Amino acid sequence: MSLLQTEELVAGYGDFQALFGVSLAIERGETVAIIGANGAGKSTLLRTICGLLRSRRPTDVRFDGIPIGSLEPEQIVALGIAMVPEGRRPFPSLNVEDNLRMGAYCHRAGPWTLERAYALFPNLAERRFAMSPTLSGGQQQMLAIGRALMANPKLLLCDELSLGLAPIVIRDIYAAMPGIRAEGTTLLIVEQDIQRALRVADRVYCMQKGRVTLQGRPRELGRDEIKLAYFGV
Amino acid sequence: MYWINTIIQGALVGGLYALFATGLSLMFGVMRIINLAHGDFIVLSAYLAIVVIDGLGVNPLVALAIVAPVMFAFGYVLQRGLLNFTLGGDILRPLLVTFGLSVVIQNALLELFSADSRRLQLPFLEMTSVRIGDQLAIGLMPATVFVVAVVVIGAIEILLYWTDLGRAFRATSDDIDTARLCGVNNRNIYAMATAIALTVVSIAGVLFGIRTIFDPTIGPARLLYAFEVVIIGGLGSLWGTLAGGIILGIAQAIGAAFDPSWDTLAGHIVFLLVLLFRPRGLIPKTFGL
Repeated sequence: MSLLQTEELVAGYGDFQALFGVSLAIERGETVAIIGANGAGKSTLLRTICGLLRSRRPTDVRFDGIPIGSLEPEQIVALGIAMVPEGRRPFPSLNVEDNLRMGAYCHRAGPWTLERAYALFPNLAERRFAMSPTLSGGQQQMLAIGRALMANPKLLLCDELSLGLAPIVIRDIYAAMPGIRAEGTTLLIVEQDIQRALRVADRVYCMQKGRVTLQGRPRELGRDEIKLAYFGV
Repeated sequence: MYWINTIIQGALVGGLYALFATGLSLMFGVMRIINLAHGDFIVLSAYLAIVVIDGLGVNPLVALAIVAPVMFAFGYVLQRGLLNFTLGGDILRPLLVTFGLSVVIQNALLELFSADSRRLQLPFLEMTSVRIGDQLAIGLMPATVFVVAVVVIGAIEILLYWTDLGRAFRATSDDIDTARLCGVNNRNIYAMATAIALTVVSIAGVLFGIRTIFDPTIGPARLLYAFEVVIIGGLGSLWGTLAGGIILGIAQAIGAAFDPSWDTLAGHIVFLLVLLFRPRGLIPKTFGL
């Protein structure tokens, strides 16, 4: 049984349909990347998995075999899916430490503690009492990842980690990924930077206009094949 | 000496105003609900205390030990069962619903208790005073009210900044979706916020009922004071709320010293001046907003 499975997943915003039957399966311990152009439905997919958007049928999404399509976000995180939201979204009136503590609000047991989060991102330890809006973009991204890890998730969803960050900062952030994987955490990463995605992922799904157009292991995918799946030309 | 006395008495009354405002501030801070029935909840608590006092023959402070948990439960159910459904869309909806609640509570109280003025009796607290110097005496009642206000505001400050629940209040106030992704059940958090707000209201209501006479229709005027206190002190700042209460109390006391009919007017004028020159209040924003 896969850790996460979506089956012909259909979802959208009100009358606007964004996902047209997305099927994917993610195994325990894998790192899977989803690539695709703007508007391909990548973020919608993550928002549906974590419960912020409702899928049309509750059984569209299964986590550990349990249908989670009709659960609330706070129930889903308690089951072990944490999200690093697009745009990082630190709580502006909380300092760094309180932001991290919020991540542990659901009290799931596991390897991640404040100390471990600070060890993973020493930058945050130095600024633990700083208010989150005073952090740099990279530090805010580290904070968002640390906050999600504090929930001790089995599955970590990362939405656009590299958005708006300098290449050197992106490298720092991706340098933390092996440490996260080493705890057995499964990663589902949405990434616009295709090269980055191909390098970090065990498997890649490419999406276009709300559908999966290509999937496979990075080594086995050809350049033209990806280009076709990505742009549809 | 006369003026020092006036200012001290005014400041002590300000504690009560700060208590009026604290619940209002908390509900607005966490949920952006402007509770137009806030003043009527204060009056409702005072009448609940009357029921308990008449029924059990206890003094008002003992009655508060029953009224406070009742209002806590009432607040939780009210938010969970009604006000939660007004959130998330038009800002007018919670305004209209709480305005309706205000009308309902006033009329229900009129029906049950008539329009007669009532009062909670606590002679010991009302009659005792401590003499400081020749011309200065501080009543035990105003002093108690002030100390209670400081303790309550301190307790809520601790709750907000040192507990999981308080952190969840602040996080939910910042960003509902992200808070839910952290495992916060926002509907429950809102219910807790209203429950705590109405617990503070019950304390304010009972102290208010001991201090002065009340009838079913005076809620909206208390709401007005609460509003003024919150604006003077700065939205989202609890110590600002205490400062706002003290300033409003002093303004009214000074106004009344010139002419007893000027007390409310003087308070309104100070409120307008603050709104004019410091529209964000004296101590703006520590949480929420």
